[in-house]
Amino acid sequence: MSTYSLEHKKYIKKLRREKIIVTFFRFLIIVIFLVGWELLAQWKITNTFLSSSPSRVISTTIGLIRDGSLFHHIGITLYEVGISFMIATLIGILVASILWRMPILARILDPYLTILNSLPKVALGPLIIIWVGASMNSIIFMSLLISAFITIINIYNGFLATDQSYITLLRSFHATKWQIFKKVIFPSNYTTIINALKINISMNLIGVIMGELLVSKSGLGYLIMYGSQVFNIDLVITGVVILGIISYLMYFIVDKLEVFVANKRS
Amino acid sequence: MKNKLLHIKNLSKTYHSKKTEVEAIKDINLDIYDKEFISIVGPSGCGKSTILSILSGLEEKSNGTFSFQKDVTIGYMLQNDSLFFWRNILDNCLIGLEVTGQLTEESKAYVISLLKTYGLGDFMEQYPSSLSGGMRQRVALIRTLALKPDILLLDEPMSALDYQSRLAISDDIYNIIKKEGKTAIMVTHDIAEAISMSDRIVVLSKRPSVVKKIYDIHLTNKSTPIHNRKCKEFSEYYDKIWRDLDVHL
Repeated sequence: MSTYSLEHKKYIKKLRREKIIVTFFRFLIIVIFLVGWELLAQWKITNTFLSSSPSRVISTTIGLIRDGSLFHHIGITLYEVGISFMIATLIGILVASILWRMPILARILDPYLTILNSLPKVALGPLIIIWVGASMNSIIFMSLLISAFITIINIYNGFLATDQSYITLLRSFHATKWQIFKKVIFPSNYTTIINALKINISMNLIGVIMGELLVSKSGLGYLIMYGSQVFNIDLVITGVVILGIISYLMYFIVDKLEVFVANKRS
Repeated sequence: MKNKLLHIKNLSKTYHSKKTEVEAIKDINLDIYDKEFISIVGPSGCGKSTILSILSGLEEKSNGTFSFQKDVTIGYMLQNDSLFFWRNILDNCLIGLEVTGQLTEESKAYVISLLKTYGLGDFMEQYPSSLSGGMRQRVALIRTLALKPDILLLDEPMSALDYQSRLAISDDIYNIIKKEGKTAIMVTHDIAEAISMSDRIVVLSKRPSVVKKIYDIHLTNKSTPIHNRKCKEFSEYYDKIWRDLDVHL
């Protein structure tokens, strides 16, 4: 450390101070929010029947843990997200590859993909329930509809944007289309694919919750829906808070995964 | 009698787009002999690179013929190095062998020996991003040499580099090609580079490009490209070719 110049030390100090400020205010915001919410409820300024309170959310959570239903609902939701994430990823990579291999097909399907991607899939909810049935399959199907098209489009666009000179190089060795795909298109698009998966996982969560709100007997979406039907706001807000924590954790994991993959490759 | 490796006759190429068709090259006639270094110069956009693309099989010709002597193989070196960022230097050099199904312990050993001979032995495990532009270009040349081609097609191989690296790497590339006993056809827009490296220079006209002139380059005390620039005939050739190119801005 002694080898660093005074200026460098100052710079390091400044970086550290900024980090402390950021962390401090992050916590301050959540503390003010929670304390304010709790006090407003304690002082009867807000009606806990409508807006609940942190202590009620905590006691509801403890109650849900005690009767074992919390982890059951979380498990169901995560299971549905996991299944639809895997299927959507598989479909996305597969269809994008086929479209890349057959440019004419891609041109033919282009307007349909655009329509299907921009259509608000929740509008299909009632149809899905009628066709697939009021079961977990409906939820997974809904989640797939929401995530699959955007995955296909993102990965396919990544494939198209591959540096043309890489392809020319392989063509100068008289490579087959499959070789070009295997040696250039796929490996040069790892980052694109990881990014698509990042979007995919949050899309899947949205889809699953939407599906659970429409039709389900368990899962966090069900918990929220059930809470609103019996007018138990504590339950609704507890569901939302847990959902927020889970989606943050999921994002965190994918983000770490991305860093891990990036490190491995350089 | 010199050994003729390639015979090009009346080679023509027309490009089609929705609205127009453009005649890029027209009736190109050229013979290439063993161990020759030939440069093709011409005004920008004249279709110089088209000739190489056709010879390497990347593009179809429209008319004419070209024939290689039996068993003559070609290697194509592109304008930019196109090194794969996800492969290390050695694996980058092996890509051609992989694709053509010629990757064996023996061919791999040959590539490693090339890398070692040309000062890249310590970088085999590294990734392209950690190499300088000149070194990357040398890697690209070794990637091409890995397939043991008889004729090298060089498409403005130095154009992406800064001037000083260009001078240095043109010496490098020249020496490697001579040492490995290869024949080379290089496309360039740099007249000085062409004179300093070539045995013959083909000057093309504006589109549709025809062969305007072919110069045999005779330099007193000819050695490496950088030194060749000091030869007394250098500026004469430069003036003549400059006038041939007929540049108007």
